[in-house]
Amino acid sequence: MGRFILTRLWQTLITLLLLTVLIFILARLTGDPTPLVMPSEATDADRNFFRQQYGLDRPIHEQYVIFLRNALRGDFGISFRYREPAFGLVIAAIGPTLQLAGVSMLVAMMLGLPLGIVAALRPGSWIAAAVRAYASLGQAIPTFWSGLMLILFLSITLPIFPSSGYGGPENFVLPAVTLGFYASASIAMLTWANMTEALRSDFVQMERVLGIPPRLIVLKHALRNASLPIVTYLGLQFGLLLGGAVVTERVFAWPGVGQMLVDAILNRDYPVVQAAVMMTAVLFMMINLMVDLLYAVLDPRVSRS
Amino acid sequence: MEPLLAIRGLNVRFGPSERPVPAVADVDLDVAPQEIVGIAGESGSGKSTLCGAIMRTLVRTARVSGEVMFSGRSLLTLNDGEMARLRGRELSMVLQNPMTSLDPLYTIGNQVEEVLRERRRDGAGLRPGGAIEVLRRVHLTAPELRVRQYPHQLSGGMRQRVLVGMATAAAPKLLIADEPTTALDASIQDEILILFRELRETAGSAVIIVTHDLSAIRRLSDRVVVMYAGRIVEEGPTGEVFRAPRHPYTRALLASLPRIEGDEVHLEPIPGQVPDLASLPPGCAFAARCPVAKDICRGQRPPESVVADRHRLFCWRAEETA
Amino acid sequence: MSATSEGSGLGPFRRRFTWGRGGRPPIVATTICVILVIAALAGRNFITLAPDEVDFTAILTPPVWIEGGSWEHLLGTDQLGRDMLSRLVAGARISLLTACAAVIAGGTIGIALGLTAGYLGGLAEAVIMRVVDAFLALPFILMALAFVAALGTGVGNIIIVMVLTNWARYARLVRSEVVLIKQRDFVLLARVAGLNRRAIALRHILPNVLTSILVLAILDVGRAIILESSLSFLGLGIQPPDVSWGLTLAEGRTYMTVAWWLTLWPGVAIVLAVMSFNAVGEWLKARFDPRGQL
Repeated sequence: MGRFILTRLWQTLITLLLLTVLIFILARLTGDPTPLVMPSEATDADRNFFRQQYGLDRPIHEQYVIFLRNALRGDFGISFRYREPAFGLVIAAIGPTLQLAGVSMLVAMMLGLPLGIVAALRPGSWIAAAVRAYASLGQAIPTFWSGLMLILFLSITLPIFPSSGYGGPENFVLPAVTLGFYASASIAMLTWANMTEALRSDFVQMERVLGIPPRLIVLKHALRNASLPIVTYLGLQFGLLLGGAVVTERVFAWPGVGQMLVDAILNRDYPVVQAAVMMTAVLFMMINLMVDLLYAVLDPRVSRS
Repeated sequence: MEPLLAIRGLNVRFGPSERPVPAVADVDLDVAPQEIVGIAGESGSGKSTLCGAIMRTLVRTARVSGEVMFSGRSLLTLNDGEMARLRGRELSMVLQNPMTSLDPLYTIGNQVEEVLRERRRDGAGLRPGGAIEVLRRVHLTAPELRVRQYPHQLSGGMRQRVLVGMATAAAPKLLIADEPTTALDASIQDEILILFRELRETAGSAVIIVTHDLSAIRRLSDRVVVMYAGRIVEEGPTGEVFRAPRHPYTRALLASLPRIEGDEVHLEPIPGQVPDLASLPPGCAFAARCPVAKDICRGQRPPESVVADRHRLFCWRAEETA
Repeated sequence: MSATSEGSGLGPFRRRFTWGRGGRPPIVATTICVILVIAALAGRNFITLAPDEVDFTAILTPPVWIEGGSWEHLLGTDQLGRDMLSRLVAGARISLLTACAAVIAGGTIGIALGLTAGYLGGLAEAVIMRVVDAFLALPFILMALAFVAALGTGVGNIIIVMVLTNWARYARLVRSEVVLIKQRDFVLLARVAGLNRRAIALRHILPNVLTSILVLAILDVGRAIILESSLSFLGLGIQPPDVSWGLTLAEGRTYMTVAWWLTLWPGVAIVLAVMSFNAVGEWLKARFDPRGQL
């Protein structure tokens, strides 16, 4: 168990380090940021001072070490646009993004899990066919379109929910349904596959011939066994929702990291871009790590050996 | 004596109705209370399907016809709920693979208690130590420790004991064991077989043991039923059938057992292959592999011939094989 | 019973026709895919109106079956009077072009690196696979945005971005298949026979992993279409005057309340295209990858 955790931590750290290299290279690909930061009336001396301050005159590997050291301290530089530390801006936007991803995840689970279970219990029925159609539709509809259609029908044609904004619970409805519907498709398919497998397993057969009530077999045994891969996937899906939220936040003008990232790219505000990508990456990998640990706790075969 | 289980004209067919695959055909079989019956046959002979038909656990697409009377009740006409109430209480089963027949995510104690709670009417599941009692009855070592352990911490033989304990927790009148020893080490097989005999004494259960391991049947059962291609070919008291088999298939099956004579090990595999159930010949299914087959064997299905008390076979050459 | 069991003794004349593993092929989806490919390759020959032909006399004309519509613009016009059908056909061209380019180039790079990693093993494998992990460490849209931030927008850059977000999954798939195949007899025999490593990898291992790759590639087209249209919708993908479904949707958003057809048609096009490619891919997967390791 302890070994397992250490291995996973170690892998995560290596990947994270490689990711900083990648982001550093990308940042350098964009060229010298000095002209973007300095006002046009700045002198060459001013520019050189800036370059020195940010280590831009040093060899590339030293620049990476500086970048890494600053990143570890949460220093990604000052936003060109807002003249504030980029890190602080991103931290402020993480809250709304996490909230949206969390509520969407709930929606996705409430839709996807029951649909997958029902389809597995009734193979070959019209319900199973309907769930399959739902899932293939859900995976094919891009969130920006389903979001716009929801706005068109439930905000413009029938003014029930606000089409944008952040604050009250009513603001959550349309974005969370948009994102949740998208995520529910793959959750339903995965639940279906794993429930089917669990229902076919020998111990379910054994429980059937022992006369254990179907309710117990399905809910206590099959579902719990099927839930191991599902839990892993839910974690992964939550991370993907953080990514998928970029588009949804844009559609509903949600003040999250995704919206901030897109604005920053459009405005060439590179410190914010770096901070946003790095923070989302750290968050995403932390979630994946926690999911793996949760898996270990749930499965006695891992936790007890 | 009134039989506990009486099967008449049982047929199980799979596949499309216009071209069915008969996995079990025209089976008649009686099992008396507390009797141990062994069903032998190669894989594909329909013995597992027969068990599934009795327990009613076959896939939905299987078409079952005939009659299965179990202590006065017709099993095939019960609704699903009534059948589920009988399972585990009146008739029970142990499946082929002990390694995968326990839920890996719950402790042994939890699973045994679940069976006690759901299946025993006397509330034994609510009593502390009920599970330990069940495990002790099947001679599992250190039952106090086992109830806290998970399946992956137990060996195959130990898991099989747990499963037998669970299947017999409510003292069913009939226990069906489908290849109960196949997945186990040779050294453990004997102990499990002894366990079944003991259960007959203590719980008063009749046992149907299904296996391709003839030596297990010889050691354990009172009566042996030999199946081939979905049909019963010979049935009789174990001692008699093993001493003087009448059906050519039974003979071939016995000859295929390894025998030690002096320093040499003799082994005569049965020539040919198990026939495809989807395209059986009109006559005896074994005719193609039979050393003594005549023309009539290939053309017509052999009738039942009773050759001794409770000893019957289906063979055109029944008279000559005595 | 499995439908593939040949010669189950039914005799050559009584064997019924079966579709084989995977069941009946998705005819509708395949047809849509073919139509899309034809539209992308030769669509310009079928449409009479240029997709960027502005006509201020026909601004926001509704589709033909609605009052005010005209036969000249079957699906209506946009805010500049441009014909929606022409724009959809032009969009198909860009969407499929970028998707296919991304899948083919990303696949090629991924196959090369996956073969190298799986066949060489050792340090090369460790390094390549850690880089693969880093490229897969982020949700793909975020990864794509990070690349867009560095490289910029436009058709060429978007293709590069999509290749960069794509290759790692091929590398991972190919490597895992190679590790399995490497142990098989014919590869061991080839080694004993003295073939050099590159020859073994290219002549013996590559053909064996090709089926899995093709299935993954077709499933990937749908994903690539969604990625491209998402980036274009955000204003970070295809830029005008080029036409893309996502871009058309974003442009039409302002007029959603008065002209629903501006947002409906591109959306329907995306959904149909993605669903069709996915359905074909799923069918191929069921047929050729029953182990389900993709």
